Amino acid sequence: MSLFFDYTLDGIANGMVYAALALALVLIYRATRIINFAQGAAGMLTTFIAFSLLSRGLGYWWAFVLVLVIGFAIGAVTERLLIRPLHGKSELNPVIVTIGLLVVFEGLAGTIYGNASRGFPAAFSQRGLRVGSTTLAFSHFDVFILIAVLALMAATLVLFRYTALGLRMRASAFHREIAQLLGVRVGILLTLGWGLAGIAGSLAGLLVAPTSAFGPYYMDLILVYGFTAAVIGGLESPVGALVGGLISGLVISYVGGYFGSGLEPIGALVLLLVALMARPEGIFARPAARRV
Amino acid sequence: MLEVRDLSVSFGAVQALRSVSFDAEAGAVTAVLGANGAGKTTLLRTLSGLVKPLKGSVRFEGDALLGRRVESIARLGVAHVPEGRGVIEELTVEENLRLATLWCLHKRERQDAIAEILELFPRLQPFRRRHASMLSGGERQMLVLGRALISRPRLLLLDEPSLGLAPLVTASLMALLREQTETKGITVVLVEQNARSALSVSHRAVILNLGQVVVSDDAATLAADDALRHHYLGF
Amino acid sequence: MTVHAQTALRWLRLPRQPLLRHLPVALVAGVVLYEVTLHLSSYDDYQVGEIASYVVALAGLSLLTGVNGQISLGHGAFMAVGAYTMGLLMNHTAGNFVLELVAATGVAAAAGLVIGLPATRLKGPYLAGMTLLFALAVPSIADKWPNTFGGDQGLTTTVPTAPGSLTAEQWLTQIQILGALIVMVLLANLLWSRYGRGFRAVRDDEIAAALAGIHLVRTKTMAFTISAGCAGLGGALLALSTGVVNTGEFPLTLSIQLLAAMVLGGTGTLIGMVWGGILLVYLPQWSTSLSNGFNLGSGGNAYLATIIFGVVLIVAMLAAPNGIQGGLRWLWAHRPRPGAGSRQPPDEVSTDDESNATERIRRSDAKTTVEA
Repeated sequence: MSLFFDYTLDGIANGMVYAALALALVLIYRATRIINFAQGAAGMLTTFIAFSLLSRGLGYWWAFVLVLVIGFAIGAVTERLLIRPLHGKSELNPVIVTIGLLVVFEGLAGTIYGNASRGFPAAFSQRGLRVGSTTLAFSHFDVFILIAVLALMAATLVLFRYTALGLRMRASAFHREIAQLLGVRVGILLTLGWGLAGIAGSLAGLLVAPTSAFGPYYMDLILVYGFTAAVIGGLESPVGALVGGLISGLVISYVGGYFGSGLEPIGALVLLLVALMARPEGIFARPAARRV
Repeated sequence: MLEVRDLSVSFGAVQALRSVSFDAEAGAVTAVLGANGAGKTTLLRTLSGLVKPLKGSVRFEGDALLGRRVESIARLGVAHVPEGRGVIEELTVEENLRLATLWCLHKRERQDAIAEILELFPRLQPFRRRHASMLSGGERQMLVLGRALISRPRLLLLDEPSLGLAPLVTASLMALLREQTETKGITVVLVEQNARSALSVSHRAVILNLGQVVVSDDAATLAADDALRHHYLGF
Repeated sequence: MTVHAQTALRWLRLPRQPLLRHLPVALVAGVVLYEVTLHLSSYDDYQVGEIASYVVALAGLSLLTGVNGQISLGHGAFMAVGAYTMGLLMNHTAGNFVLELVAATGVAAAAGLVIGLPATRLKGPYLAGMTLLFALAVPSIADKWPNTFGGDQGLTTTVPTAPGSLTAEQWLTQIQILGALIVMVLLANLLWSRYGRGFRAVRDDEIAAALAGIHLVRTKTMAFTISAGCAGLGGALLALSTGVVNTGEFPLTLSIQLLAAMVLGGTGTLIGMVWGGILLVYLPQWSTSLSNGFNLGSGGNAYLATIIFGVVLIVAMLAAPNGIQGGLRWLWAHRPRPGAGSRQPPDEVSTDDESNATERIRRSDAKTTVEA
């Protein structure tokens, strides 16, 4: 029973990271109907930049914030230069472009930073929290993950629901043409959407780095787990990203725990297949959602 | 005043508009009539910037419209209510209206403007904070008309507002349209398949056939000309 | 004749005309290539063989993505399935290597069926994501059971003895080339048959195809299965030629490189896959010399090749979605002719290749704007 509890806590912590990546995918999908397969790799690249900065002595939080900004920039530039020209053509083309970008980022990281495995420092202690006489499988760093991702989610929801900018972004995502006819500068908002997604992706990269084998490919699995989370939650819903992330995190944690580590990708694949067969539109699908 | 000169649009091999020229005056409704596929919708989409023409010129109160982005044409005071109404269903009624005010009104003025429109269309009041997907056809038409009017447009382009609406609803909307046009001095271009109701509310009428202007006259004169009506408009 | 014999004959009765056209071309190519292998150095033979194996896998991918419109980011994994099957059979059975190749193809095709069935419900990006996850999951199976699958070292394959005076290298290369020719002829015939028309119809408009009586699930699954079988065969052939099978050979980047090679070669074409194979085999070498120029070190070579593949994908999508073969066909169609000006080739081009999805979609773009 205590194993179950441990796996659950582990699943929650991991699930939050998947949720962050899922949020990035949701933001982009809502705005441009594209899955940005390069999102994980972009997060990886910015985390490598953080690593460089930290090795040069920059304070952790300075590096943290700077890297989120760089993530924003990468996302915005990607949309403007690579995705915008493809608007209106086959829906396969942007998919392939983001895949190309994925390998370019991984290649860049590998070329610049080389092959050697590194450790990425954690902002907080990774030892389990002590509650009374027991040590939980939930560390200070895990608490940080929880707070950081929840804060990001809250900020996103506030942005979308209560600000004029959020209204414009939602309108541009739901019905680009009508928004244009109402004077909304849709182009800039799309770029902004990709930029915000970049922030979420960078955050995911920073949160995962301390606990993983930190190399150019470390975000590959996080990307597909985040994708699974986004699909479960419904690709249109930030709240769905959170819920989907938690579900994915838990399922993957249980699979790894009870069936042996190394089988998590299979577990995720099965979860994804089940979700896609049972409810492809996701849990939080909008009934009046725009049909492609 | 809207001046359209020699407007030509083609989609690949299909020529949708051929050298279309006409004028529309301020404070008046100009109807654009014709059969399905005559080019009426293409005309409006070209005016609002959604479609780029091959050649021609469009001037509205001194500003050239062609070649600008859709958003910037809208910000000149051009409101296009497209075919199918274009209600954003995922937003509430209030959000739909508020969206239209973001570029032209200050924060303080927005609430008042929304209230004004809801007075104009009391049917929408109960749906203020509900998703626009809940609205009926007639209510949606009110919403998009209100959304167009809230930005105090100088040029209003309406594409088949009566489509799918009951005659009574259409009549009351048309009456409201005429009244707003005259009191606010808006230039209105009204595309309609329902020529009868369009002629009853318009001051001038233009008939398109196969992308060309075949008739351009006062609405009253056209309505009285049986032969012309039968030939082009079917009644 | 018995019912069974009749059914068997019906299966064998490929459309006659295309077969008569494709076979001679393949035979001539086969003879030419045979001669070539005898005169190349051992290393060059090895590379030609590699290209042939990749062509097999790429042809399947081109069928799936270009002709049937289903994108797959998991074909590296299907190659792994074929390669590992080959490795396991060679190590645990004493069968004929041809039978083992066929078995590897079959197992990979079965895997394709398993993935392809749920895939029929997915569109574009969803399908891409699912196959991406598949590509990551398959190697983890091999890692999980290192005893069966050979762990880091992997499995070794035995080289079949070369007949007559051929060297081992020449024999291996010829096997791979033969495999490629057989697959190309079979796929070319398939594309010309009603099945091929079904694939294209489903790609172009699923609803219209269904209304025309085409069974969507069956068609899409069939394309997936065949495509996976081709990838498996390609992987098995490569396993035969390199002599070893381990998970390091089949990372996610392989699947993406296959995609890049297919796009560059010409999505939806078959002959174009030769360009793709050349890219796959020679790009890493070329990038190695490039990276040596930059002094990037051993890790840097592989990464530089990866960057270039990615750039190829991006640039191709933005500037040249039809790839090399598409460009060549465009040039051929617009070549200067005495008398009449250049005319547009018909939709069903009368070669064994296929007009690709992006071309079709560009034409349908014109359609959608007219609805305005």
